[in-house]
Amino acid sequence: METSVCSWISDFDFLLSVVELTWFTLLCGGILLQQACPQVKNILVLDSEGKRVAVKYYSDEDWPTNGAKEAFEKTVFSKTHKTNNARAEVEVTMIGSYVIVYKFVDDLHFFVTGDEDQNEVILASVLQGFFEAVGILLRGNVEKREALENLDLILLCLDETIDGGVPLETDPAVLASKVASHSMDSGAPLSEQTLAQALATAREHITKSLLK
Amino acid sequence: MAQPLVKKDDDRDDEAEYSPFMGIEKGAVLQEARVFNDPQLDPRRCSQVITKLLYLLNQGETFTKVEATEVFFAVTKLFQSKDVGLRRMLYLMIKELSPSADEVIIVTSSLMKDMNSKTDMYRANAIRVLCRITDGVLLTQIERYLKQAIVDKNPVVASAALVSGIHLLQTNPEVVKRWSNEVQEAVQSRAALVQFHALALLHQIRQNDRLAVSKLVTSLTRGTVRSPLAQCLLIRYTSQSASNSQGGDRPFYDFLEGCLRHKAEMVIFEAARAITELSGVTSRELTPAITVLQLFLSSSKPVLRFAAVRTLNKVAMTHPMAVTNCNIDMESLISDQNRSIATLAITTLLKTGNESSVDRLMKQITNFMSDIADEFKIVVVEAIRSLCLKFPLKYRSLMNFLSNILREEGGFEYKKAIVDSIVILIRDIPDAKENGLLHLCEFIEDCEFTYLSTQILHFLGIEGPKTSDPSKYIRYIYNRVHLENATVRAAAVSTLAKFGAMVDALKPRIFVLLRRCLFDSDDEVRDRATLYLNTLGGDGEVVETDKGVKEFLFGALDIPLVNLETSLRNYEASEDAFDINSVPKEVKSQPLAEKKAPGKKQPTGLGAPPAAPPTTVDAYERLLSSIPELASLGKPFKSSAPTELTEAETEYAVNVVKHIYDRHVVFQYNCTNTIPEQQLEEVSVVVDSSDAEEFGFVLSKPLRSLPYDSPGQTFVVFEKPEGVPAVGKFSNTLKFIVKEVDPNTGEADEDGVDDEYQLEELEVVSADYMQKVGISNFRNAWESLDADLERVDEYGLGPRESLAEAVNAVISLLGMQPCEGTEAVPSNSRSHTCLLSGVFIGNTRVLARLQFGLTGPKEVAMKLAVRSDDIAVSDAIHEIVASG
Repeated sequence: METSVCSWISDFDFLLSVVELTWFTLLCGGILLQQACPQVKNILVLDSEGKRVAVKYYSDEDWPTNGAKEAFEKTVFSKTHKTNNARAEVEVTMIGSYVIVYKFVDDLHFFVTGDEDQNEVILASVLQGFFEAVGILLRGNVEKREALENLDLILLCLDETIDGGVPLETDPAVLASKVASHSMDSGAPLSEQTLAQALATAREHITKSLLK
Repeated sequence: MAQPLVKKDDDRDDEAEYSPFMGIEKGAVLQEARVFNDPQLDPRRCSQVITKLLYLLNQGETFTKVEATEVFFAVTKLFQSKDVGLRRMLYLMIKELSPSADEVIIVTSSLMKDMNSKTDMYRANAIRVLCRITDGVLLTQIERYLKQAIVDKNPVVASAALVSGIHLLQTNPEVVKRWSNEVQEAVQSRAALVQFHALALLHQIRQNDRLAVSKLVTSLTRGTVRSPLAQCLLIRYTSQSASNSQGGDRPFYDFLEGCLRHKAEMVIFEAARAITELSGVTSRELTPAITVLQLFLSSSKPVLRFAAVRTLNKVAMTHPMAVTNCNIDMESLISDQNRSIATLAITTLLKTGNESSVDRLMKQITNFMSDIADEFKIVVVEAIRSLCLKFPLKYRSLMNFLSNILREEGGFEYKKAIVDSIVILIRDIPDAKENGLLHLCEFIEDCEFTYLSTQILHFLGIEGPKTSDPSKYIRYIYNRVHLENATVRAAAVSTLAKFGAMVDALKPRIFVLLRRCLFDSDDEVRDRATLYLNTLGGDGEVVETDKGVKEFLFGALDIPLVNLETSLRNYEASEDAFDINSVPKEVKSQPLAEKKAPGKKQPTGLGAPPAAPPTTVDAYERLLSSIPELASLGKPFKSSAPTELTEAETEYAVNVVKHIYDRHVVFQYNCTNTIPEQQLEEVSVVVDSSDAEEFGFVLSKPLRSLPYDSPGQTFVVFEKPEGVPAVGKFSNTLKFIVKEVDPNTGEADEDGVDDEYQLEELEVVSADYMQKVGISNFRNAWESLDADLERVDEYGLGPRESLAEAVNAVISLLGMQPCEGTEAVPSNSRSHTCLLSGVFIGNTRVLARLQFGLTGPKEVAMKLAVRSDDIAVSDAIHEIVASG
């Protein structure tokens, strides 16, 4: 009868391991198979002291409370803020079981987090798309104060970059035009100048990317 | 639209900390939200207020239910405005508020109107919002529009619908699955991201249909995929279906290899990684992937270097030889600015390095260690530890490296990792012992961590006396008595006593030192000194230490501290002295997380034991002793975990707990009646023991009454030969009288009907006769048992899914406690040693050493060595395995 217990256990384990194996294969690439494992776990924009400018989390399982989110931001900030190279290039690190790519522009710190099996090159392209789009939207004036003054644009840009963890768009020029075009139709006189500028920069950026 | 928030330019210089949201307050903003109700909407101002609300939410502010509802109703008014910017903020706000079902109805029609608007941006965003907040009923109403949207010519609209589909598949799979034709069409889209989203959704719809996935993959690998992201997905699906299809040849390998020449880096990396992760990948298949990763190692982009070194680090675990080509590039990464990359490079090199390169590597690492963070240092220390175990001949330079970094600055976790490593090296490499012990001695001369000092002193007490010249350690130990805090002093006194007990030549000198300790300012130190002087006979002649004293000094306390604590709490001061044997030895909590640190269980209060959940053993004991018929049986040897005898959600839920006594077995049936309209009476379990010959029925104790939802117990007692691990199968039938209960009054009818209910069988297995009893130091315990009472045999365990699975199966078959964390099998390992300990019925201590190895593909063989106080028990353990 031990045999039966034993074989039952091993059957069960076998099933589990099959499930795990499948999961693993899927997770390995961080495939968008399950909502439980979105590609991007969060996007953070923090200031030079690690305070929030704008953040968006796509995984409530990892960070169920605001406290957990703030703790995560604190860790991420304290472990990365000395990386000067992040001003020149997209940098990358692992914290716990997360891969985090980041880029600093002036006093703004941009982060994109994925789980450890994530393809970091994809995360980097999401980050690149996002912060370059922000650059276009803020007319090259990427700094905290400007970002807060145009927080609506930043939030819209976040919304256009990722939907529930899935990358929606990674091309900065397209992203910026999607955010900016909303206001274009409105014809609100006050915003026209801003938008004309934004579009000009967008056009410039497209040309640049074509010439690359 | 930024202007309204901008303060005048000249303010900027005055206030460095200026923020447009300074002094913002929830109450005030909620007041401001009233502008949404104005008959003449001001879009600019409304947008501003929404931004402020979103800012508050973003900063972690929460709205109460009432506030959220109010805001929601207010913002719905904004649908009247034609302003596109405002509409967009409105969408964002609705998503953030995640309205309840009855609130959703209010915005549904507005959003559906937007979904069919002429403005593409409206359509895309309305789809995303609606899908985010919708429920199943509403979804069927909008399904038609969504299907159209998927094949919309505007890519933004199509993507919005597809991504929404990905999310909706979690909640409403049956609806989304009906869209596969449209999604299939979208996969062929010319727009890159539409293709990506469509592929993700299509695969997700069909993920359970391997054939369909395989077809999809085949057709796409031949066609053109425009988006790099979609190409990455395709690579994942390909390698996934390749791993599903059994057999040697991999039809998709060529596709993966082709992707290594793609122009997008993300695709190249994805493909390289997929190849390295193929199960049973050959070195020929690996080569092209390693080559591109090697190129990435010298990329200017940190992300690529990181990705490559991270992947190669994993490959190094299974195919160290394949990675050696990259060693030169890897070595230059040791000085990489990015410390994550540098650490990964070092640990990879340590994995792939051969014996001759160790010295050179250590030199490079020494320069590197000073400027990385502690957490990276710990990774390096662990890698060095395993390297040293791999090349024991190199212990000298590795040990020197460890002792050097031990002297440098560092936090507790880092120092602990180093000390643990040295301890492990001392244990596993006999040559390294004296050298290592001296390094530890030097470390405690200047150690700021009390925990580490006491651990090392304890370890010295065990290992020091066995060295060729024990006297040279005494100075270091006695220095502690002068220089340290009370905790360390007490530990030092214990260590001195151990030297005294083991080395007779040192005894007189030790006594002198111990006598000095009698004047210590701390009472624990004085008490210990007194105790040891007495047990070692320090006040009289120098005599040889007897066995009892040695056992007292060196024996591990093999009782879980939690149990000891409970017993001591329950102990009432009386004439009878406290009997340590009355403490249950069953381990209830998880094994201690800490495994390698020596002397964990020394009862000095160091290293506080983890809080354990309250033990159920006491509860059972109290229950059993409250029933006269059962109390007479004595104290149960072991109580099993409950086993369910009914399926979930049946009328009556029954589980059984097996209490094992020396001569009896008691089955405790925990019954719950889940039918409110019934009351059960005279509940008993009729047990058929015809398949359990060695057991004889003694008595059954029925349960008088079992009302709805209040669990009750009934017991059945069997007798069995004393001390014998009898096994058997028992079939069970629940017998009772059912009485209807009036739902209004809650009173039961007078008359009842006899009824029966079939339960599942229960088994008494060998593991039931084994208590899980952990020990702190397996090696010492193993050596303390007579080697003549050892039984060794080899077993073929047949094909197994994995090594870990085989290890777990044997552990649960034997029902013993894994020691020192050996139940965890590192992935990819080809062999594993597992240490188990337990107490067998009749209070016989049993230790088992299990060595597992893979003999063929998935074939597992096991060598089992058992030691116990009784040779018959050792044989019994082998029998259990042989028959299991």
